[in-house]
Order: sequence, then C-alpha cells, then structure tokens
Amino acid sequence: MHESLAMLPQVLIDGLTLGFVYALVALGYTMVYGVLEFINFAHSEIFMIGAFAGTEALLIMQSSGVLASLPPFVALIIALLFGMAIAGLIAVGMERIAYRPLRGAPRLVPLISAIGVSFFLQDAVRLFEGLWRNAFYLSTPVLYRQTLTFSRVDVPVKTIILVATCLAIMFGLQTFVNRTKLGRALRAVAQDQATASIMGVNVNFIVTLTFLIGGALGGAAGVLFAMQYTLIHPYVGFILGIKAFTAAVFGGIGNIAGAMVGGVVLGLVESLGSAYLGILTHGAFGAEYKDVFAFIILILVLILKPSGLLGETVLEKA
Amino acid sequence: MVIGLLLVSTAAGCAKPKVIKVASVSPLSGSQSSMGEAIKLGVQMAVDENKEKFKKLGYDLQFVPQDDQADPKVGVAVAEKLIADKDVLLVVGHLNSNVAIPSSVVYAKDNLTQVSPANTNPAVTDRRLPNVNRICGRDDFQGPWGARYAAETLKAKSVFIIHDKTTYGQGVADEFRKKAEAIGVKVLGFEGITPGEVDFSSVLNQAKVKKPDVIYYGGMYPEAGQLVKQAREKKITAYFMGADGLDDKGLVDIAGKDAVGVVYTTAAGDVTKSDAGKAFAAKYKAKFGKDIGAYSAYGYDSTNIGLLAIEAAIKANNGKKPARLQVSTETRKVRYQGIVGPVSFDDKGDNLSAKIYIFEIKEQKYPGTLVAELAGKP
Repeated sequence: MHESLAMLPQVLIDGLTLGFVYALVALGYTMVYGVLEFINFAHSEIFMIGAFAGTEALLIMQSSGVLASLPPFVALIIALLFGMAIAGLIAVGMERIAYRPLRGAPRLVPLISAIGVSFFLQDAVRLFEGLWRNAFYLSTPVLYRQTLTFSRVDVPVKTIILVATCLAIMFGLQTFVNRTKLGRALRAVAQDQATASIMGVNVNFIVTLTFLIGGALGGAAGVLFAMQYTLIHPYVGFILGIKAFTAAVFGGIGNIAGAMVGGVVLGLVESLGSAYLGILTHGAFGAEYKDVFAFIILILVLILKPSGLLGETVLEKA
Repeated sequence: MVIGLLLVSTAAGCAKPKVIKVASVSPLSGSQSSMGEAIKLGVQMAVDENKEKFKKLGYDLQFVPQDDQADPKVGVAVAEKLIADKDVLLVVGHLNSNVAIPSSVVYAKDNLTQVSPANTNPAVTDRRLPNVNRICGRDDFQGPWGARYAAETLKAKSVFIIHDKTTYGQGVADEFRKKAEAIGVKVLGFEGITPGEVDFSSVLNQAKVKKPDVIYYGGMYPEAGQLVKQAREKKITAYFMGADGLDDKGLVDIAGKDAVGVVYTTAAGDVTKSDAGKAFAAKYKAKFGKDIGAYSAYGYDSTNIGLLAIEAAIKANNGKKPARLQVSTETRKVRYQGIVGPVSFDDKGDNLSAKIYIFEIKEQKYPGTLVAELAGKP
C-alpha cells in the first residue's frame, strides 16, 4: 500500500490536467446547449481543428526559423490566438451552413446534421494534412521543456501554463456572461428567444457569437492539449469529445460553472480509477476499466440528481 | 436496390474476357494507414509484374485494393463484397488480426484463398480453415521470444505489461506474460489502455512507482510512440519493448528521439539485408517514390504465392478458369523462395519457415538494428 500512496500526488496532478482540458471543451457543448438547446456533436472536431491550427502555426514558425528567436511565451500566444481564430471561424461557418437552415426543424434533425459535420471535418483535415505534409499524425513542437520537481512530484511547466490558461479563460467567460451587456443579451436569448427578440436583441447575432466563443474555447483547448500531449491526429477529438460532453452533462448541461466542475471531477475520477482500480481489486479490474468506473459514477450522480451536479442551483441556462 | 442490381449486372457483363482479380485488404485510411498502404503497394507490384504472364495464359489480371479501416465491421463488409464478385480468386490481407479473423469466416464460405502477410494472432490459423494461410510468424512465438530476450539479453528481473485490449495487442501481451512468469521474471502489472487516446499518464504513474526493468507494450505504433514519449517525460528509464505493431516508421516519427532504445520483436525481417531484398526496395522506391514498409515485401510474396497457385490451378484445369476451391488447395502445395525467405505451408496454413526477428532502435531512424533472428518454438 505504501508505494500506491506515494504516487497519489502525481495521479492527482495528471488527473487535474486532463480535467481542465475536458472542462474547456465541455464549455463549448454547454454554451451551445444553453442557448439553442441543441447538442453540437461536431464540437469535438472544432477542438481537433484548434489543435491542428495551433500546431501548424508552431511548425511553420519552426521551419522558418522564427520559433527559435521568439520567447516561448510569445510563440504560445501566437499559437493560441491562431488556433482560437480558426476554430471560432469554422464553428461560425458550421452554424451558418449546417445548423441555421434547420433551426425550426425537429430536434433530432440538427443533431444528425452535427454528426455529419463531424465526419466531414475529420476527413477534411485528414485530406488537407495528407496533401500538405503527407502525414496526418503531427508532433507538436515543445515550447517548455522544464519540469519542476517537488520532492517526488514532477510538474512540467507546460502543465502549469495549461491550468493557468484554462482558469483565466473560464474566469473571463464567467465575467463576460454575467457582467457585460452582450452577456446579458446572451442570457436573454438562452431563456426565451422570442421575448429576447421583441426586446431588441438580435438573436441571429447572439447565436453566431455563441458559436464564435464556444469555437474559440474549443480551439484554445485544442492548442493547450496539443502542447501538453504533443501528438495529434484527425480523430483525436472523438473520444475526448465524448468525455467532455459527459463532463458537461455531469456538471449540469447549460451551466458554465457546472461544465468546469464536471470536467475536473471526470478527469480526477478517471486518473484515480486508472491508477488504483488494479491495486484495490487485486488485479481483477485493471486500468482498462477506468471508463466503466467513471461512467458508473456519472450514472449514479444522474440517478440521484438528474439535472447534474450544479444543474439546479443556477436558474439561467447560460 | 436498383443500383445494386445494376452493379451486379454490369459486373456480370464485364466478366466475359476472362478476368481474374486479386484483392489487397488493409487499412488505407485512419491511424494505421501507413502500415496498410505498405501492404497494398507490395501487392500491387506483384500483380503488375504478373500481368504479362497471365495475358499469355489468356487472362486479364486485375488489382482491386480495399480499405478495411482496421475495423472488423468494415473488414467483414469488404469480405462480403469480395466474395460476391466471382472474379476475385485471391485476397491478400488483412493487417489486423481482429479484422482478419471474422473476415476469413466470410472468405471460407466460398473457399476464397486468403494469404495473410501480417496477421500474427494464433487463432488466425488455429481454426484450421482450409482457405486461410499466412507467411509471417505467430504471436505465441513472438511474445515468448520477446520474454526470453528481456530476461536473457536485457537481464530483466521484472516487467510491467501494457496492452491495447485488441485481439492482437492483448493476445501477444498474454503470450509474453506467460513466458515471463515461466522463466522467473516478475510481472508487476498488466494494464489496458484505449487506442485513440493520447494521455497515458495514469498507467505510467503505476509503472513509475513499481520500477520495472522493462515496460512491455502489446499494441500498435501510434500509442506505443506516445507511451514511450510520456514514459521518458516522467523520467522512467526502464527498457521499452513491444511486438510487431511497433514495426513502422510512424513509431520514430511520433516518439522522436525517445524512440532510441526501443526494442521490438517482429515477424517481418529487414529484407534490405539480402540482395533480393535490396533489389525489391529499389524497385519499390522507383515505382512508388516511397521507402518500403515493414510488411511491403510480405504483401509482395503473399501475392506471388497466391498467383503461383492460381497458375497451377489453371494448368490443372486445362486452361479453363479454376474454381476458388482449386486455388485454395493449390495454395497449400506451393513451395516458394520469397524475398522474406522460403515459404511452405503446414496443414493449418502456417509458414513452416517463419522466423521471429528482434530489433533495437539505436539511432533516431527506422528500421532499427537487427539484434536477433530466431526460429522455432521458444
């Protein structure tokens, strides 16, 4: 038991890192759901596109020799902004082409459209990278190689940057939604589109804004993810998207704080399950059951509290 | 339905200038397409070289590459499509054992000959299907030889095993574990990961505190590259070992400098060591503009074996187009000196001369350096 306790701090840190990535992606699901009551299944591909855009920005800077002369901090900001811009724009385009014409249709119709968009984007990226680099597994250049060691726990600097950036983005989003005029318009559309439009809110503009922000958040998550795990491919969003969607439901879909809590909890549960299931069950269930374990907890929470962890405490949906 | 009927009728209409089709089935899209493409091009080369010979026999030899996406469901669907086309007399594939096993059941319905260049799971031939053959080695040789190499050459006292939960990955990891335990190497863990994920830190945290001498991975190169990279990031210094799923240049592309020191067993030898192999690699490069992959020569040899069997069946049939059953019976009789070595099949369809090779990546390039060449039961 001694050695299993020794790894606990490291397990918690790795779980927290993964949890923040889930949280940032979950925000995109929850924002769109909050405003349109529609699950944008293509959001996982927006995340993937962000990861590719950020990686491409770094690779291009690297091959042109600019990367070596820039401070890593500046390169990070450029990659983040580029990833967010591309992902945000593609999300807006996706809404305009694939979702807006279906706004009045039965609920399942835009859902199917979203699944179609998801396949389209996966293979579009695969095609593009295949033609452009003749490979679609990309290794992201590492900006921060240093690792801080506290007694037995290793914390890579890039992990600290990931967590700090996630926190800053989430804080910024909360402030935007709750404290600004546009944020109020967004909450109004979320509550009642028809009434909001009578009150002079441009509903289409707000929906576009929601996709822009949600897409940019997904893109930021993608860039941070690529820097943390340094390997991306066109299908990288699939499993992660399902997990992030789970996190959004777990925390209470439509609720911004809930998405964050849900993401972090899911990351921690998964990491703990993966590290300790084998030890606790004496090898009967190994790390391969971590997802089963995580989803059992999800189902239990939803049975006891169907609206999710934070589903009821906040009345507004966005 | 109408379209389906149309397709069938046009296919039947085209069949009159005696056509023989050879299919390659391997993943041409998705994460393992680098390996799958290498097999396809090997098959294509053999078909192109044999076109003249078959024209003299009065047949138009055609190549039909198929994509199984490394997915058993797609594999079976492709198999159904191939079995419905009566001109298809030979299938070379698949790459993944979990795709090959259900697909071969479909081929067996009409005795369509399957020669596998790369499937190492024992169950591929242990089911004794008369139409299924392979020219590469088996996981119950590969895994145990790996365990012996770890114990005898790397002097490992303990090992931590990770696998990807697939038929192939978990299968070879199991074989490794059995042998390791039998020869006194302590197994500190046996854990599964999910292919497609890229964060393996929690499994590696376990490996870190248990301090094994060797980490063994049963699975494919995308996850292997990521595992070794993250292990080194966590300052785990144990040897990293795996099986032939690691035998692709993708491993070095993904892991970069961390690939150095990785040891893998494989059923595919480095063909560029022999003169015939060098000539093949040069021909391949000239034709396709790419370097050969681990299983390119195996795809090429598998195709040549199947074509020899078809030729023999045509001759036995007085020049008439043979039935599929005749081809599969002839395939078992073929004796062939291929680029990868001699091939002759036993009553299960296993290659009697298959060998297991062990490579170590000594500098940041693929393939690694051959460190052992082993034949027979470990």
